[in-house]
Amino acid sequence: MTVATRTPSEKTLVKNTAHTGTFARVSRYVLMRLLVLFATVVIGVYLTIMIANMGGYVDRIMKSEIRDRITQSIGLNPSMQKMDPGVRKQLIEETIANEEERLGLNIPIAIRNFRYLSNALTLQLGRAINMTSDSGSKQVRLILLERLPPTLLLMGISQLFLFFSSILLALNLSRRYGNFWDRLVVALSPTSAVPPWFYGIFLILIFAALLKILPFGGMVDSPPPSNPIDYSLSVVKHLTLPVISLVLSSFFLSIYNYRTFFLIYSSEDYVDMAKAKGLPSRDVERRYILRPTLPNIITNFAFLIIALWTGATITETVFLWPGLGRTLYHAIGLYDIPIIVGSTIIYAYLLAMTVFLLDFIYALVDPRVKVGGR
Amino acid sequence: MNSLKNSLRSLFYYPSAVLGMLVVFLLVFLAVYAMIKIPYNEAIRLWRGGEEVWYQNPKFAPPSWINFFSSKKYAESFAVRTSDGSMVKEVTPGAEGTSTMEASYTFDFMSDYYPQDIILYLTSNYQEKQPFISAEWLTPDGRKIRLTNLALSQKQTYRFSQDAKLKTKLRTDDIIPALFSDPETGDIIKGQYQLLITGATFEPESDINIEFVFHGQVFGIAGTDHARRDLVLPLLWGAPVALAFGLLASLGTSVLTMVIAAVGTWYGGWVDELIQRITEINIVLPFLSILIMIGTFYSRSIWVILGATILLSIFTTSIKAYRSIFVQVKESMYIEAARAYGASGSRIVFLYLIPRMIPLLIPGLVSSVPAFVFLEASLALLGLGDPVLPTWGKIIENANSNGALYRGYYYWILEPATLLMITGLGFAMLGFALDRVFNPKLRDV
Repeated sequence: MTVATRTPSEKTLVKNTAHTGTFARVSRYVLMRLLVLFATVVIGVYLTIMIANMGGYVDRIMKSEIRDRITQSIGLNPSMQKMDPGVRKQLIEETIANEEERLGLNIPIAIRNFRYLSNALTLQLGRAINMTSDSGSKQVRLILLERLPPTLLLMGISQLFLFFSSILLALNLSRRYGNFWDRLVVALSPTSAVPPWFYGIFLILIFAALLKILPFGGMVDSPPPSNPIDYSLSVVKHLTLPVISLVLSSFFLSIYNYRTFFLIYSSEDYVDMAKAKGLPSRDVERRYILRPTLPNIITNFAFLIIALWTGATITETVFLWPGLGRTLYHAIGLYDIPIIVGSTIIYAYLLAMTVFLLDFIYALVDPRVKVGGR
Repeated sequence: MNSLKNSLRSLFYYPSAVLGMLVVFLLVFLAVYAMIKIPYNEAIRLWRGGEEVWYQNPKFAPPSWINFFSSKKYAESFAVRTSDGSMVKEVTPGAEGTSTMEASYTFDFMSDYYPQDIILYLTSNYQEKQPFISAEWLTPDGRKIRLTNLALSQKQTYRFSQDAKLKTKLRTDDIIPALFSDPETGDIIKGQYQLLITGATFEPESDINIEFVFHGQVFGIAGTDHARRDLVLPLLWGAPVALAFGLLASLGTSVLTMVIAAVGTWYGGWVDELIQRITEINIVLPFLSILIMIGTFYSRSIWVILGATILLSIFTTSIKAYRSIFVQVKESMYIEAARAYGASGSRIVFLYLIPRMIPLLIPGLVSSVPAFVFLEASLALLGLGDPVLPTWGKIIENANSNGALYRGYYYWILEPATLLMITGLGFAMLGFALDRVFNPKLRDV
């Protein structure tokens, strides 16, 4: 939609008139694009906030929870049991009102939603309602930052391995398609219909329950080893099964897709031409097959990087991996809206930024594409 | 239409497609069988039933066919009762309306493990005088163990393993092993055991009914879970639920996506713009988080989740893929001809644009079924499965939260997982083959 291709004759025409206009065109395009993307982020995040509130439904749950908790704690407090019932009732009401004010529940939802939105957009993530980080902080920023490294470790290793290995293997297969390995990959590609956590359960069964060589879940042994070498070895041990299940569940489909993609590109006439010229096959591959597919590969890579942020909620839950995905799931269970919104806004910004930057990257790698050209 | 038929015929050249079709047919058959065998309301009643429905079954019992793979044999479960004649009862009337009763059950015990428990469920009716029974246990080596003497109330349960008097008498805490082993060596004794119950009633209308429940180590063809439920029920009923969810979600998503893409491309202008903007916003929304939120805050009903899934899956990147193809189709000659004779917009969209795309729709539709089937299982695994319906995902969730993998109840996870896997792979294989048949670009590669 934003990538425009042109025929050579058009291009020369543009070149003659566009020398002075390039800057204006690019800056106008950048401005428009930023505006549209920002609006998209605002609406997306606002919708998420609305859903996270369920139209006030969550408020009711939280209010009744507060009422229960405070009534009970005051009712059970021995020093307050001798109080006059009227005074005690008043005390309960006052404490409830204080607690509701602390959590902002006394402000109407519509206003609160906008406050959430503006805070989120300026990245003031605020304080969590129920969750705390391991270090005891209630700052959403700290909670998310604490969970980021495990997720980056797990997702980074598995996704990067998946990306590079499937491209290399796919290139290899596309060179001699129809052989045994190629047919094997094609035959195995439906296995990617199965999600990673599902492989995870099987892997836990085999390697943790039956063979007892790898742990069931978690990130380090408990208690964690004090020696840094032992510590990292322990992490590696815990990392093995989740990484394998994440890789396994998309491995064959990923190879299959890249392979088919490369095959379609290598049936182009200019590839035959290059071969006929007698160019070595490595050059043909690099300059005539990989080069035109570069924009797609870069797009995939960019979205892979964003996916690192979201983590793998269910796989992390199955392996008890203390990452962002599992934290988000916990936050939802605890009605912790600030954390849900915080995680969403960062994802939305990352996505918008990536989409924005991709336009320029396309123009850099593909001379046929012009920024803002139509 | 003819080309569609030809394409479908060429499916049979792909072994994976044949296999996939076979799986799909089997699943449909299983689903229909489940719905006929156990009607919906009955299935819900059984699935939500507690001890009063499932008291006859042992807990955490693997299926009985594991005995084929193990040299040591596990005891099978059974339940017999006097009311339907599976346990013999003889009543001899006595003087003044009294009667004596004798009931016995003889069974072969040939396994290498002790059963979980043995229970008698006794029901009797009487006006004032309680009937009376005494129970005895006859072992293959000729010993006779007096178990208990009981004056019966209307409804009474006698658990062998929890009889304190019997414990002192046998000088052990574990009654069940004591009943099945040699008191000197402690070895298990195989052979014919007999339970003998003699009773007396003291009123003319008075009657005793006995149910003898033997909780073995294995049960039926699928085993049982933590609530003694027979896993055959959720395994059978998982099929129609998974098929309904998967097919409805993928059908709803792909048809709506296509219709919206066609309408957007045909009318263009602000309609098209709007669809594109909605798509971009939808991509920002966190799909799984929203489903989890709906499940946690609002409703875990499978139909609500289904609706939300379809809504969130319409405006995705696939709408852009359809759009780019519709843009090409829109320029073709036959559309121009239709426009020339004055066909209305809706006629062109629904009768000319969309039918042209059906060959592209079918592979996508079939291939996306597994994703939705597994989505339901994933949500169930997070504890957000439908609260009422038995599904495969719920079995896995139950097993997982009861530590099935740590405690070695592998059958509990493997059975639903295998069915899910077969379903997923079946649809995926069929979808891949359809893609190759309908997508000429892929046919040669």
